[in-house]
Amino acid sequence: MNLLILITLPLLTAFAVLLSPKPQHARVFSLAGATLQLLIAVLLFLQYRASVSNGPWAFESMYDWYPSWHIGLHLGVDGISVAMILLTAFVVVAGVLVSWNVEKMPKEFHFLLILLSLGAYGFFISLDLFTLFFFLELAVIPKYLLIGVWGSGKKEYSANKLALMLMAGSALVLIGILALYYAQPAGAGSFDLTLIGKNNIPESTQKVIFPLLFVGFGIFTALFPFHTWVPDGHSSAPTAGSMFLAGISMKLGGYGCLRVATYLLPLGATYYSNTIIVLAAIAILYGAFATMMQNDLKYINAYSSVSHCGFVLLGIGMLTKTAITGAVFQMVSHGLMTALFFAVIGMVYERTHTRLVAQMGGLMKVLPFITTIMFIAGLCSLGLPGLSGFVAEMTVFMGSWEKVETIYRVITIAAGMSIVVTAVYILRAVGQTAMGPLAHEEYKGYRDASWNEKLAAIILVLGILAIGLAPFWLNDLVTPSTELIMKKILSSK
Amino acid sequence: MNAMPATIYIILIPLLPLLGFLIFGLFGKKYFKTSSGLVSIILISLSFLLALYTAYTYFFILGRTDGVYQAIKPIQLTWLSFTQALSIDMGILLDPISVMMLLVVTGVSLMVHIFSLSYMKGEERFPIYYAFLGLFTFSMLGLVLSSNIFQIYMFWELVGVSSFLLIGYYYDRPSAVAAAKKAFIVTRFADLGFLIGILVLSYHAQTLDFQTLIQRLATPGTVQFSSAVGSGFLGISALTWGLSLVFMGGAGKSAMMPLHIWLPDAMEGPTPVSALIHAATMVVAGVFLVARLFPVYSISAPIVLRMIAFIGVFTSLFAAIIACTQTDIKRVLAYSTMSQIGFMMFALGVSGYSGEDGLGYAASQFHLFTHALFKALLFLGAGVVIHYVHSNEMKDMGGLRKQLPVTHITFLIACLAISGIPPFAGFFSKEEILMAAHEHEPLVYWLAILTSGLTAFYMFRLYFGIFWSKPFRNEHAHGHEGTFPLLAPLVILSIGAVGAGFIPFGHFVSADGRILEMPLHVGFSVLPVSVGVAGILIAFWLYQTKNDRPDRIASAWKGLYRSAYHKFYFDELYMAVTKGILFPLVGKPAAWFDRNIVDGAVNASASLTQGVSDRIKGMQSGRVQPYAVYFLIGVLLLSFFLLYIWIR
Repeated sequence: MNLLILITLPLLTAFAVLLSPKPQHARVFSLAGATLQLLIAVLLFLQYRASVSNGPWAFESMYDWYPSWHIGLHLGVDGISVAMILLTAFVVVAGVLVSWNVEKMPKEFHFLLILLSLGAYGFFISLDLFTLFFFLELAVIPKYLLIGVWGSGKKEYSANKLALMLMAGSALVLIGILALYYAQPAGAGSFDLTLIGKNNIPESTQKVIFPLLFVGFGIFTALFPFHTWVPDGHSSAPTAGSMFLAGISMKLGGYGCLRVATYLLPLGATYYSNTIIVLAAIAILYGAFATMMQNDLKYINAYSSVSHCGFVLLGIGMLTKTAITGAVFQMVSHGLMTALFFAVIGMVYERTHTRLVAQMGGLMKVLPFITTIMFIAGLCSLGLPGLSGFVAEMTVFMGSWEKVETIYRVITIAAGMSIVVTAVYILRAVGQTAMGPLAHEEYKGYRDASWNEKLAAIILVLGILAIGLAPFWLNDLVTPSTELIMKKILSSK
Repeated sequence: MNAMPATIYIILIPLLPLLGFLIFGLFGKKYFKTSSGLVSIILISLSFLLALYTAYTYFFILGRTDGVYQAIKPIQLTWLSFTQALSIDMGILLDPISVMMLLVVTGVSLMVHIFSLSYMKGEERFPIYYAFLGLFTFSMLGLVLSSNIFQIYMFWELVGVSSFLLIGYYYDRPSAVAAAKKAFIVTRFADLGFLIGILVLSYHAQTLDFQTLIQRLATPGTVQFSSAVGSGFLGISALTWGLSLVFMGGAGKSAMMPLHIWLPDAMEGPTPVSALIHAATMVVAGVFLVARLFPVYSISAPIVLRMIAFIGVFTSLFAAIIACTQTDIKRVLAYSTMSQIGFMMFALGVSGYSGEDGLGYAASQFHLFTHALFKALLFLGAGVVIHYVHSNEMKDMGGLRKQLPVTHITFLIACLAISGIPPFAGFFSKEEILMAAHEHEPLVYWLAILTSGLTAFYMFRLYFGIFWSKPFRNEHAHGHEGTFPLLAPLVILSIGAVGAGFIPFGHFVSADGRILEMPLHVGFSVLPVSVGVAGILIAFWLYQTKNDRPDRIASAWKGLYRSAYHKFYFDELYMAVTKGILFPLVGKPAAWFDRNIVDGAVNASASLTQGVSDRIKGMQSGRVQPYAVYFLIGVLLLSFFLLYIWIR
């Protein structure tokens, strides 16, 4: 498969949306484009499975862009990026579906959604750091507008905060990439991932560059203490915005931490691994405890994302094959489940016009479908077997336990405690919303999910179930690629 | 390990109830509004018949080789592999205890399915109720059949969530929602221990497979055994840690002290659910887990087993004391369940592994089996009573023997069985447990004798309170006792409660798989039986007719009575920890710290930038004179720097 299609298709869709004659047509184009994306992603997955590639990268292709600086559009995927592309495709379709009835400037809204997906795909298939960075930026800017224009609450504040913090992250990444370029032997400097991987970079240099890249990408994935854009950004964003933010944007960061920082600078990763582990464990537990005290459903889900994304960083920081695989699982699982949760919160909010847990109650009686989906999202979040969260967290735990020193054991157990705290806040949020007596009389007249809402939820639930019930396919997809990363880390020592 | 493709049908036993869950969960409301009950009963009956067939095949035809029952693994699929050695497999493990549990789970589940047909009739969410029952039955069957320790953990969580869903079935009652949450969270806390235990054990055993794990960790001398015993933490070996933590999971599910607080509240669920989940099946999962890993406990960590024995017997006594003071009949039964599970636990705790020493193990499983029958019967009987008087409180009952004759007789049988009166089923199993305790731990034995007396007392307090005491007067009561689906399960279970004791249980289930004779000694039985009879007589004296003796005794022992009535303040203790410490001292500060310190730093850096640029933007005024001044200051500073700092 020529990977260029993952860039051209969203691009064409975006233009079609923008040029559509009537606003109602925009959403049709947008949905058609998103569906095609999903089909292509599934096709890519199938072809990748069938392909016997002898190198780490499949479906490579190269287009010159700025040859004198060795910058090119170098595309290629491995198991991890295929998993991420699948995730993105699922979330995009669901996000477009829940935005079906956006009233304010629907054309522009859908345009931005598709543009964001373009950035994400480009990011996941880029093997050239410069283009990778370009796509990363492309994925940030639409979010600023999505929150600033279509958001709610203190949206300007949140949009500014999100954009500034993510831009700070990007700046660190940019400096890191440039430093990486100059750290290579003179004349052999390159932005190409595959080439940098082969160049030996001295440990002292790695120690300097690694934090730049890791923190830069880490900000995207809620690395403690740079996570505070998460609650504000999510809570002000429109539903699809939150879904994309949690489901896709935060994954850009995790993927970058793994693919760029850890893979290219294995000695740096080893040197800083303890710091990462400690920060991740803090995020996991502290995020969980902070979630427990939130009163707004979106804040609850946003803080719980901080906690869940901690598992991604914990897995990466542990630097064992199983733990890194678990980190990738967690990215996919968290992406699907949080997108689902935000979708459901949006559906509830559209009806009740409040997101305060205290105002909820007994919605199961009037909104059986929506509350059932909410239960599924919640149970996935608290790690119920059969749903994807369990698979991901357990893999991280198993991988972390491979590290024998007591300190790692203690940290793993501390991270494990979050599964209890998660149960507390999920049951509080979901229990209060769905169960109990009906809170307000006027809730009686609410209508349950419409077709587009149902479809969006079902698509995401299917993804969660596919991983939760039969994790072996994802394992087969991801493990060979994590093995290669591990090989690089071990051989560099 | 024999390969037996002929036993592949066993997979249907758990899958049939799952099918029910899927059908009624997805389409129940539209297409199975009333028929879901009947369809469910058909599915679970098929499961039960298959389980019977399996038991017959296993115990009489295939299971035994050279006089020893073998474990058979008909199916095993890799579900998720972490490393070469460690993978979660989905498999089926047949051995005496899992086959016995198959019978118990499908049998009691069938009774409950039938009973519910009438009990839950007219409920708005009737199909959902059956869907949840199916989910539970599936999960419980998966749990007992698990061949992999991670697999059992998965089903362990699934029974937890089905229990949550069923306790919270009446979801518009705040008390039911609170009880459901409490049950889930308390057991989740215990499961954290279980999970860490799995990590510890599997790390050293280098396998997650039950059989291999047991074989490696219960054989002193293997590399894995030495590794597990050799390393440790705080002076305790990894193996002991691992097994204690696994037991913590079991203690949570089986409501052992101090993780028991969820069980009494779980009675908020529909009564048939209490019979199935919180009396006969799920709550004994902890006993099952210890029995599953018994060789490792017994051979490699006898100290943990001793701890289990004491936790078991103390829970047993503690629950029995509380049961004497409760007035809600379901809560009395809940505490009684706790107490009886305590018996099973300490029976395991005092057991050895091979031959005669293994009496405790066999007796524990025997008691699990008989208890499932008579406790399910008690709960279903209580269900009929509650259905009839529309109340759980003993004060609203009394004299019901005339109105509810079938319930009365079957309830009496169950009370006699649980009190250990011959020839009812409980007598046999409890006798064996006491015998095992007598041989190995005299202290446990004496506490157990005391508990037996209390058991007989509180059960007959309940019995007299419901069926005698005073003439029945209640205008809300129904005209008749109940329909066929309500009463048939009572009769069937009461036959079991009478006859199950005569099964030569040791021939089928024993720790080492060999035949174990479990003889009764008349001389030994005199004491326990007379203690039981004494308990019954005291209950008769106090409660057979309405009188003021109970109140006088209660006020004479005011302190003990009040503490027991308030369940020894365990709930308050937990509340103090969560509401008094965890929320205000951990959760709130974390949330505050995040909003004010971490985010405060972010905002501060933003406003600092803004403030600084506000201040300095005046400098770029476009006028030449100030620029000249800046230039001069700069030159001076630079020269100063170069002259005095740099050059030195």
